[in-house]
Formats: sequence, structure tokens, C-alpha cells
Amino acid sequence: MKQNLQNKAADFPILNQKVNGKRLVYLDNSATTQKPRAVIQAITGYYENDNANVHRGVHELSMRASIAYEKAHEVVADFIGAAPEEIIFTKGTTESLNLLASVLGRSLKANDEILISQMEHHSNLVPWQQIAKEKGAKLSVIPLTKDYRLDMNKAKQLINKNTKIVAVCHVSNVLGTINPIKELAALAHKVGARIVVDAAQSVPHMKVNVKDLDCDFLAFSAHKMLGPTGIGVLYGKRQLLEKMEPYQYGGGMIQEVSIEKTTWNELPWKFEAGTPNIAGAIGLAKAIEYLQSIGMEKVQKYTEVLTAYALAELKKIKGVKIIGPANTKDRGAVVSFTVEGIHPHDIGEILNQEGVAIRGGNHCAMPLMACLGINGTNRASFHIYNTKEDIDILIKAIKKAQRTFK
Amino acid sequence: MIQELTQEKAALIDRNQVSDSPLTEDQEIYKENIIDYYKHPRNKEELHACTVKHREINPLCGDDITLYLKIEKEKITKATFMGKGCAISQASVSLLTEKLQGMSVNEAKKLSKEDIFAMLGIPISFVRMKCALLSLKTLSNGLGETQ
Repeated sequence: MKQNLQNKAADFPILNQKVNGKRLVYLDNSATTQKPRAVIQAITGYYENDNANVHRGVHELSMRASIAYEKAHEVVADFIGAAPEEIIFTKGTTESLNLLASVLGRSLKANDEILISQMEHHSNLVPWQQIAKEKGAKLSVIPLTKDYRLDMNKAKQLINKNTKIVAVCHVSNVLGTINPIKELAALAHKVGARIVVDAAQSVPHMKVNVKDLDCDFLAFSAHKMLGPTGIGVLYGKRQLLEKMEPYQYGGGMIQEVSIEKTTWNELPWKFEAGTPNIAGAIGLAKAIEYLQSIGMEKVQKYTEVLTAYALAELKKIKGVKIIGPANTKDRGAVVSFTVEGIHPHDIGEILNQEGVAIRGGNHCAMPLMACLGINGTNRASFHIYNTKEDIDILIKAIKKAQRTFK
Repeated sequence: MIQELTQEKAALIDRNQVSDSPLTEDQEIYKENIIDYYKHPRNKEELHACTVKHREINPLCGDDITLYLKIEKEKITKATFMGKGCAISQASVSLLTEKLQGMSVNEAKKLSKEDIFAMLGIPISFVRMKCALLSLKTLSNGLGETQ
């Protein structure tokens, strides 16, 4: 473990640079993570040696590309405890969730209910809101408790015989809260509803097993877990995916086409219309191999130590308020905070002058901001290449912003 | 384990130094007058007897400006605003209300991005353009409605 963790920063070429004359301190990992050399090389290597379309040609390159692309499904499946045919590659979490809203939404009727939570990212809110509007279904919302967690008593009341879909995030991209998915899944299943999990912020940081969670669907993006942009995953239970109609139509997803009718390809290809993001799939598989070489338990533990340190140091600064659970229990590696009298974009600007990259704003969670009564937060988020020193620099830079605005 | 990684990184690259000194000339986006207009905004009040009332927001960052103009004989006789947001957006609109006082509607319509940048007198990076120019957008769209 020592050996593994010692070299992590050195594995990420982008970190070896200065921004505004200062060492880059990258703390915007919830938005996107940096990529290790192994991932960059896997993508380059594919384009330099093996590039071809998949499942189309009998020639050598097409065979290599097809094998690598199918292997990527196996790597992802193994990573989250699924079967390869249950892994659908999409553009990212957003497309995965839109696929579900679009396909599951088709069978919704007036008075059916979709249950989301107050802490959802717009990508797990707007698709459901729109399909509910189209079908005359009702969109209900699980409220938050004072300590920034889901109000499970309210959730129990809200889940009823009309509930068809429960869609919640595993880890909040703003609050860092880890939600009790197993419990929600059991509640949903009791009334015959499906549970959809937005795992964009959990899969990159902790061991996630879909069998253990007993979720029906789970979505995440490669780029938040050291992989490339433009590729993500939708996991679905096989028996559910088999019954579902396709999302998009085109090449690759068909079995037989005549002018009159078409039959669909088997899973997962039924949901992967058109030439897929082959290089992205290869990059994602490499990112997973990289994370597995460390071990997800160690990744979680490592970032948890950083989160605990950041929480403790931020609490010491007068005027700083943590927006999220106060300790690391059931909490991801995301720390949102406000600084009294200074807007998040002004904090971000001054931090940038110190080489520190964080995110400021509403984090695509406007209903959450409205419910908290704030105009946005600053957000620092960590991954395997961050250090306590990075957090020390963050803290100093926040104090500098406070001096500037004195 | 974190200590080890820290040392490894430190060996690789220079240590950061967050100096106590003020920002250098070319970094000086938060000039004293910008902070002053942010913390003590001029003309920040609702204007009930207004000719023009217009609101614009920057959805990504939450900057929010409502501009009130009183226009008499094609001349802006009073300009006020309400709003919330970052220092740049709020200082920009506060400064703009001062600039608009006594200006003809035609002159106000001709105000350009460059005029706003000159008025602010600070370097505006690509990502802060929207903050700096929300005031102008509110003015332009507000005056556009009067036609």
C-alpha cells in the first residue's frame, strides 16, 4: 500500500505544472478528475495501433478493437459486481439517466409517481420532471434533515403504491452525503417500484456493488474516475433491460431489419446504437484497472483522511460555514462551504491566483441551493493524488481572500 | 501515508507559497474600488416610480441584477439596481448606475463591452466576462423592451 500510494501524484502528468506561477493544486475532482499516464497511453495506443470500427469487420484491426471494446464491458461489470451484458456504455451519467427517463417513462400513466430527492443534480431531476410533465405523472421530493441527510421518515411516507420510480444520488455532488441506497431499494421494491441510482460521485471513490445495493439501475461517468470524458455507464438488471424497448435506433443495436420491421440485438448492444466511443471504453477500462491496482477500500480511506482534515481546518476559519454533514461518517470526499461576505466566484478567482482549482456556484443543483437558502457554495473535492499540503494551501488561499475582502 | 505522498510530491515540484503580500499589478482584479462598490454599493435601492424595470440572471453563477431607470424626455434622470452575486457583477452594475445618471437613452444604448471594461478598470478573464457584462445585458435588454 505504501508503495502504491507514494507514486500517485507522479502518475498524473498534468499535475506537474504551474498556474499563475504556483504549483497546480487541483481540488475540482467532483467536476472531473485528472487522468493517469496509463489511461492517456491506453487511448493513444488504441488510436496508434488498433483503431477500427467494432463488430463490423473480419479484419485484424476490427477484431482487436472489438475484443478491447467487449473486454471493457467485462472490466466494468467485474468492478461493480454485474454481468457484462448488464453494462451499457453511454456518453456519461447524464445520458444514462436520460435513457432511463425516456424508456421507463414510456409506460408511465397519469397519477403514477416518480420520487427524487432535494439533493439531486439537475441530470437526475430534469429528465424525470419532463417525463412526468409529459405523462401527467407526479414528481415527489424526499426532503433533507437539518444535518444534510435524506429524511428517511418522509421517504417512507412518500413511497406508496403509485410510486413507479425512485431516483436518487448515491453521494451528493454538493453535500457529500452518502445516501442509504439499500434501505431505499427495499422500500421501493416493496411497492413494486424501480430504484435508479446516480452513482457519479460514489463509484469513483468507494467500492460499489450493485448486488449488495440491490439497485435496479445505476449510472456513472468515466471522467470522474480517472478515465476520459464522453463515456459513461448504465447498469441495469438483466431481466429489466431485456423487457425494455431501445433508447436510440441505428447500426449495431439491430438483429434483423426489413422495410416493415426490425428486431433488436441482444444485451447490451440493444442499447448501444451507432459506432460507440471505443477509445473511451478502453480508457475507462484502464482507469478501472488503475483504481483496482490500488484497491477501492484504500482509495476511500485515503480520500476520507483528506476530507476529515479539510473539514477540521475549514472549521477553524471564522466566517466559513460547512454545507454538508459535519463529520466523515457516511460522507464522500466532497466539501462544500461558504465564506461570509464573499461570493463563490470571487473565492474561486483569488484561489486561482494561488494555483488552487476549486468549483464555485450552484453545482447544477439549483433546487438544493434554493432549499438551503444560499446563492451557491465553494466546493473542494479530493482524489488519490491530493495531499494534506494541498489542503493547507487551500486554507491559506481562503484566508488571503478574506484579507482581500476585508 | 499522506505525509509520504506529500514528500514525494514536494520532491517533484516546487512547494507552493501563498504569500501575505497583496496581489500584483496584473492580478489586481479586486482593486480597492471594486471591493468598495461591492461592500457599499451606490444606488442600490428599488425605484418604484421607474420607467424601466428589468431583471437578468447568470444561471451558472447565480448573479442576479434588476435595473430600474427613470426616463424623462429621452434622458435617464435616475438609475438604481437591486441584486446579488459576485463582487464583479455587483460592482459593475453599481458603477453603471452612476454612469447612466443624466445620460440620454440613445447614448445608453450605444454603451459597449469596452465601455464597461474601461469603467471597471480591472483585467477581466474569459470566465468572468459574464459577471462583468451582466450589467450591460440588463441595461440593453431593459432599454430594448421600451421600444
